[in-house]
Amino acid sequence: MAGRVLTCQIDGQDVSGLEESTILEVAREHHIRIPTLCHVPGLPEAGACRVCLVEVEGAARLLPACVTRIAEGMKVKTESERLLKYRRMTVEMLFAERNHICSVCVSNGHCDLQWLAQTLGVDHIRFPYRYPALPVDSSHARFVADHNRCVLCLRCVRVCGEIEGAHTWDVMGRGADCLVITDLAQPWGESASCTSCGKCVQVCPTGALSEKGKSAGEMAKQRRFLPYLTLMRGGNHV
Amino acid sequence: MSEPVTKAKLATVWLDGCSGCHMSFLDMDERLLEVAARAELVYSPLVDRKDFPEIVDITLVEGAVSSEEDLRKIRHIREHTRVLVSLGDCAVAGNVPTMRNPFGVEPVLSRAYDENVTAPAPRPRGVIPVLLQAARPVHAVVPVDVYIPGCPPSAETIHYAVSELLAGRKPELRKLTRFGA
Amino acid sequence: MSPDEIRGMAEREREHQAGRSCVLQVCTAAGCQPMQSVEIKTALEAEAKARGIGEHQCQVKSVGCLGLCGSGPLVRREPDGAMYQRVTPGDAPAILDSLGSAPPTHLFLDTRQPFFARQTRIVTANSGRIDPERLEDYLAAGGYATLARVLTEMSPQEVIGEITRSGLRGRGGGGYPTGLKWSTVAKSPGTPKTIICNADEGDPGAFMDRSVLESDPHRMIEGMLIAAYAVGASEGYIYIRAEYPLAIARLKTALRHAERHGLLGNNICGTRFNLRIELRLGAGAFVCGEETALIASIEGNRGTPRPRPPYPAERGLFGHPTLINNVETYANVPSILERGGEWFAGIGTERSKGTKVFALTGSIANTGLIEVPMGITLRDIVFEIGGGVPEGARFKAVQTGGPSGGCIPEQYLNTPVDYESLMSLGSIMGSGGMIIMDDSSSMIDVARYFMEFCMTESCGKCIPCRMGTVEMHELLGRFLNGSAAKADLDLLEDLCEMVKSTSLCGLGQSAPNPVLTTLRYFRPEYDAALAAGGR
Repeated sequence: MAGRVLTCQIDGQDVSGLEESTILEVAREHHIRIPTLCHVPGLPEAGACRVCLVEVEGAARLLPACVTRIAEGMKVKTESERLLKYRRMTVEMLFAERNHICSVCVSNGHCDLQWLAQTLGVDHIRFPYRYPALPVDSSHARFVADHNRCVLCLRCVRVCGEIEGAHTWDVMGRGADCLVITDLAQPWGESASCTSCGKCVQVCPTGALSEKGKSAGEMAKQRRFLPYLTLMRGGNHV
Repeated sequence: MSEPVTKAKLATVWLDGCSGCHMSFLDMDERLLEVAARAELVYSPLVDRKDFPEIVDITLVEGAVSSEEDLRKIRHIREHTRVLVSLGDCAVAGNVPTMRNPFGVEPVLSRAYDENVTAPAPRPRGVIPVLLQAARPVHAVVPVDVYIPGCPPSAETIHYAVSELLAGRKPELRKLTRFGA
Repeated sequence: MSPDEIRGMAEREREHQAGRSCVLQVCTAAGCQPMQSVEIKTALEAEAKARGIGEHQCQVKSVGCLGLCGSGPLVRREPDGAMYQRVTPGDAPAILDSLGSAPPTHLFLDTRQPFFARQTRIVTANSGRIDPERLEDYLAAGGYATLARVLTEMSPQEVIGEITRSGLRGRGGGGYPTGLKWSTVAKSPGTPKTIICNADEGDPGAFMDRSVLESDPHRMIEGMLIAAYAVGASEGYIYIRAEYPLAIARLKTALRHAERHGLLGNNICGTRFNLRIELRLGAGAFVCGEETALIASIEGNRGTPRPRPPYPAERGLFGHPTLINNVETYANVPSILERGGEWFAGIGTERSKGTKVFALTGSIANTGLIEVPMGITLRDIVFEIGGGVPEGARFKAVQTGGPSGGCIPEQYLNTPVDYESLMSLGSIMGSGGMIIMDDSSSMIDVARYFMEFCMTESCGKCIPCRMGTVEMHELLGRFLNGSAAKADLDLLEDLCEMVKSTSLCGLGQSAPNPVLTTLRYFRPEYDAALAAGGR
């Protein structure tokens, strides 16, 4: 990847980036804001949340900025009526999917989903709410998993598998019934593989994973360790 | 709504909520006088009037729609309101009242009247409105015109929103409030 | 097996077969088997033995699908091709009595009817003719001769050129040009290259691939071998759903026979070409038919798709360049190489070449499996070949492409069946499921049925598909229970557009199609539901 530099256009602005860079990386380097949810600097991308979809001239489909590599002369649009509409619907769906009660959530005020809703101007949810009955796993000595607040971004799965190397977290079920699980769906506190490092808690975008003893609004997450760790290991995920 | 010649008719309603939004409304303090100069509070838990007026310009609704009584009330109010405003997370998103929804009505009542009591209490019949199968945000049952999220929305937010509405404009609230604010 | 040995073995088997004055071919594929076709075969054998009729006089043979499943169990007679329908084991004496004359009226099946006469059989050429569990039968029908010729006389580039000339496009639904796919894999750097056969057929009402594998497994294997040679692959996988036990069993037998005779493994046909093929059973997840999810599943991971690019051709199984085609695509390959790309390109339309296998189901007189040239009209399929809807009902719509396709109403029945035309109607060619609906079907109900399918089959990775299908299902339910409001219709349309545009993989991107097409062609039903209810 010895750096060929490519030039392209994002929102009419001429930008340049190293070959192999993603649209998102190049946009952020140039202070162009593209909203994201499943993306966390330092983790392998999932391309799953569809919040960072952008329009690329000549492409038949919308493309996720987090995994789409730039190309010479590419013209990218990160904002449009259509994109805004879809992003809003995405956020609305996430709220309707589970039981997100911001006012009593440990992450109230520190939550990526809440922040997305606010910045995208989502002030109510048009979709019917599902109100699923979901478990809260408080079996771990230090942490709690509240599935009511999970958005299935899989940050916990990725950080545990790829950074901590424990692979305690994974997913079971299909569709809207998916749940993140520890080991083979055993209680977290009984997980033999969990190292209790807490990385999953810190990368979790919402209050789904939190430290015990936190009250509403007290669970602010610390994520600076991630870029540091990957840098120290010689990686280049940003 | 052009510049009012007569005072605008303002109402506030309290469905399934904690009254926190009304407290926040009162927290406007001296700014209440300013609102009062431009609007008449024709119906509210804060004033002594039992029946909802024939037509109201702006109605602020606090609380989710949880009981048959709430449902009847909000449908009536919608019919008689020009601009219906969902005030606060319960009205906007269901919030705490909807936390019972995953469990169903009977287990919730049982928890309240059978399990968590020192002396058995009879279930109320006839006096207290029957709970709906699920508590829902206001817009899930009637069309809503303006949404003011927050738990509760701050006095500043309410003041700004009401002032804008009285001036005939739709308030832009994104920077002022959010779910859970 | 060297090319000569293949020729020799085929020759011996042909001579052997030529010595028989009569063959009774009993369909033992999954359509007829549950209706006692194995017992029928046993009864015919016993009856023949009791009458002292030797195998050289009349052989009773197990074969694959004879096509008209709705009239099964079916028995076919060689050499005259007469057919018996709705056979029971008790009919054995009557069948043997009729040898040399016409079948008795109650068993007689007219093979001159359009259902048989209007088909063009390439992929299904051997279906119902050969015993799928005997390599010799396939060899006698000319099988593996093309492979031998390809391996000894053609370069991989020439093979790809022939496929490109043929205009063959992917039969799994997408319709991607096969030649282009092959040449991409061939050019991709990196070894070992892998070849995968997608046999994870999952559309409701579709059973084309199952039938091909149950009736003529070697054809698909030969197609895979030729493809592997063309792209330079040495590892092969067949990903087949575990719900197809008979197809799996026959495929296993075929693989074993091919291995034993040196048609798989090392130094195939005495050349330096090597290929191993392993079978992988899917656990029935529809999404595993999506190529990146299928690859994840073979790798031992959760079967979820990933964003493309990189495409599997570049980075596929375990990161290696991977060719992935479906059963029917591979099954076309031996014939194309045998008779030439030009010949294949002569069948079908400008942009859709060759034939397509369809599974006709639903409200239709002739339920079964057909193979028709591309470009035939839907009307010909439904009313000529299919025999129309049964008496007393009126045709309403034909659904193609399963949960990813759409419902096409009567006024578009003259549309030719090709990839582009079906897409312009809001449907897709799909893998070949074709469900005919009559006027007793509510199109909203049909849309909701397919939405429920997509909802439960969504892998849950991306939100538009995971939740969008849930919300669309909920909204469609409101139309059915009379509680839908105008706002719900608007929301439904918004959702269709959003889920189509933003989902990660084909499952989600095409999930709104049944709703979109019913909204497009049967909107009055939605409007009527609005008028009836509304909150």
